[in-house]
Amino acid sequence: MAALLTVRDLEARYGETRVLRGISFEVAEGGITTILGANGAGKTTTLRAVCGMVRTAGEISLGGRRIEGWATEDIVRLGVAHVPEGRGTFVQLTVEENLRLGAYARRDPAHLDADIQRVCRYFPVLAERRRQTAGTLSGGEQQMLAVARALMLKPRLLLLDEPSLGLAPLVVREIFRIVRTINRDERVSVLLVEQNASLALGLADHAYLMETGTVVMSGPAAELRENDAIRRAYLGY
Amino acid sequence: MDTLIQQIVSGLATGGIYGSVALALVMIYQATEVVNYAQGEMAMFSTYLAWTLLNAGVPYWVAFAATLVIAFVGGLLLERILIRPVESAPVLTIVIVCIGLLVILNSVAGWIYSYIQKPFPSPFPSRPIQVGNIYFGAHDIGALAVTLVVLAGLYVFFRFTTLGLAMRAAAQNPVSSRLCGIRVGWMLAIGWGLAATVGAVAGMMVAPVVFLDPNMMSGILIYAFASATLGGFTSPGGAVLGGLIVGVVENLVGTYVKFIGTELKLTVALAMILIVLVVRPSGLFGRAAVHRV
Amino acid sequence: MSLRAWTLGAAVVALAVAVALPFTLTNFRLFQFSQVYIYAIALLGLNILTGFNGQISLGHGAFYAVGAYTTAIMIDQWSVPYGWTIPVAGVICLVVGFLFGIPALRLEGLYLALATFALALAVPQILKYFEHWTGGSQGIVLSKPSAPWGLNLNPDQWLYFLTLALLVLLFVLAANLLRGRTGRAIVAIRDNAIAAQAMGVNTALYKSLTFGVSAAYTGVAGALSAVTVAYVAPDSFDVLRSITFLVGIVIGGLASISGAIFGALFIQFVPNWAQDISKAAPWAIYGVFLIVFMYAMPRGIVGSLRLAAARWLRRRAEPSAAAAGSRR
Repeated sequence: MAALLTVRDLEARYGETRVLRGISFEVAEGGITTILGANGAGKTTTLRAVCGMVRTAGEISLGGRRIEGWATEDIVRLGVAHVPEGRGTFVQLTVEENLRLGAYARRDPAHLDADIQRVCRYFPVLAERRRQTAGTLSGGEQQMLAVARALMLKPRLLLLDEPSLGLAPLVVREIFRIVRTINRDERVSVLLVEQNASLALGLADHAYLMETGTVVMSGPAAELRENDAIRRAYLGY
Repeated sequence: MDTLIQQIVSGLATGGIYGSVALALVMIYQATEVVNYAQGEMAMFSTYLAWTLLNAGVPYWVAFAATLVIAFVGGLLLERILIRPVESAPVLTIVIVCIGLLVILNSVAGWIYSYIQKPFPSPFPSRPIQVGNIYFGAHDIGALAVTLVVLAGLYVFFRFTTLGLAMRAAAQNPVSSRLCGIRVGWMLAIGWGLAATVGAVAGMMVAPVVFLDPNMMSGILIYAFASATLGGFTSPGGAVLGGLIVGVVENLVGTYVKFIGTELKLTVALAMILIVLVVRPSGLFGRAAVHRV
Repeated sequence: MSLRAWTLGAAVVALAVAVALPFTLTNFRLFQFSQVYIYAIALLGLNILTGFNGQISLGHGAFYAVGAYTTAIMIDQWSVPYGWTIPVAGVICLVVGFLFGIPALRLEGLYLALATFALALAVPQILKYFEHWTGGSQGIVLSKPSAPWGLNLNPDQWLYFLTLALLVLLFVLAANLLRGRTGRAIVAIRDNAIAAQAMGVNTALYKSLTFGVSAAYTGVAGALSAVTVAYVAPDSFDVLRSITFLVGIVIGGLASISGAIFGALFIQFVPNWAQDISKAAPWAIYGVFLIVFMYAMPRGIVGSLRLAAARWLRRRAEPSAAAAGSRR
């Protein structure tokens, strides 16, 4: 499969601190790729770098087009939807307004209502709470809203930053099930960053393992699941 | 009783003007955490531009509309050119830039137009309007009406249009807004443009009453602060309502409390600010800041 | 040589120059420099509160006025020697500032700025109201003191040395205060008050005390200004004074002691330069100066100096990395 997103020798820094020390990875077209690692490994920074939210050096290509140095707003318009850590919902706006904003960058603003309905089919609870202020939703519901908002963009690439953080296991499993459905039915490529390795390896096709700013291991998810070192270090058994 | 109603309506008219300037202040504050101290001078300068057009023989409402457009573009350009270079600087740095702008506008206006007061026409008839036994100044009613129309327009814009929604989002959460493809910088610029427009309306409505001179808005700015404090700096609707209340209170106190002269009227505004800050800092409608650790 | 050594050396040189000045400058220039030192003391006071402790005050002109009028009234009504009025002004402002700091505890950022702004606006009114003490709009006229102890200095030279001496004393005191535990507590409160409280810092007490100390410094400056200018009037303590102080500390550099001197130089001399450049619209030129300064040095003069120094030191420390690294 061709690669939708290609990253080569990516470096990133916050001020004077180097967080990414030259990493390389790919997200296959139509596939689900996951980046695993402990806290501080640089996973969130990687997603932010792809979105142009931090200063970078190195190459980032989306569908063959080089996008490093681009502004976030322009990268989004290419069809990259980022569900950030902490969800990033507009807590003072209603659920419906959040969803409308998700579609802001699209060139074809028609069928907005149809799209909201489509997205609500994945997350029925959002349809119930359409007019509610987003800040009053529970953590799990806000996560669903964040993913739904990303879907409103009709993205080619979906970036998910630690969707399981702070959520009950049942809710997390539901969200991951929906991500798999979206990937399959709507051909959305997914780059998933997760601390919860077992969940991530259960969902992804391909996996990378990061430690303090470098990629230390990579391969098909099935292989990494069987790998002893990974099991002991990250899966706990 | 009749005097009371008259004073209330008159107070509402001035209150509408305070509320408009307060609204402009709150709009920018909400988006940037910066109080634009130059808001009053921007309004004053726009009013002078209107005066120039009127003096050149342009009909009133044409000049009015043209001034609104010029004010909008001016506010937008000021943000892009003047504020953008320092937008990631500490808040106080941006405040100093605003003070610099204030001083420049005031000084240039004085240089071009001199400090002599000029009369500014009102588009409303000078004959009072009679309702029953009560006489209302036509300008008061007219100014109030214009202010309310502008505010209603803004409300509709922010509540029901996509651009308005994007602007609200950009003010509340710039990071997430970028992730939705919103060009946050331009949203800010448009915000400044709209604030300048609202200020221009306020300036043109108040100039017929207090006469046009470069220091016209400084007194009003203080009342605008009182209004925004009362209504809440985080609530645009509150700022407007605060303005109306301040206007009415100022008028009633001035009329009914005998020893308050014009000097102490200012003290009334200050007292309101201090009382609100002591009792309820976030104002009537503002949101108390919640600090997450 | 370390950065600390460089700074100390620069300070010594500056002091030597300052001491030599009175024998080379005209009386008027000496008067101007005395004002610079007085402003520096006032700015240091404000900076302790706003720069180091994070409490924004747009009303320090009020404390300046209290200090000035304390001195003026004591000299005018009770013939107190001016030397004694200065510490008294300081103590009175310390108490007033502390008392003001208590209700201010409830106010954050913007709201504290608004409250102090309202206070600054009210000061001229209040001064005019209590005519019997303050002389109303006319103010109080004092006489310029001559050098004591038979020193061979004219009044301007004497006052120059007096203000310079007090400046050095108060700066050293502030440096000691801010470099020790108290200083760390003050800054900790600015950076994260909740965390500071959780670590046992009595934030309420420190914030109020800081307000008091800040007011005391500015009050002493006010007292000195009454003595050097030999005149106080309500309209010179308007809100513009407070805003000028704020401009001074931002231009000089927040959270910096030496910044007070740079800020004072700016607010004393730049308005004059602006007037020289354009008689018609001097304030416009001043505004341009403000904006240009903020673009070039968003963290103030000292802030930019620190950044430059840090960059220079870092480049000295890793010459190989700079040469070989893949910089963007």
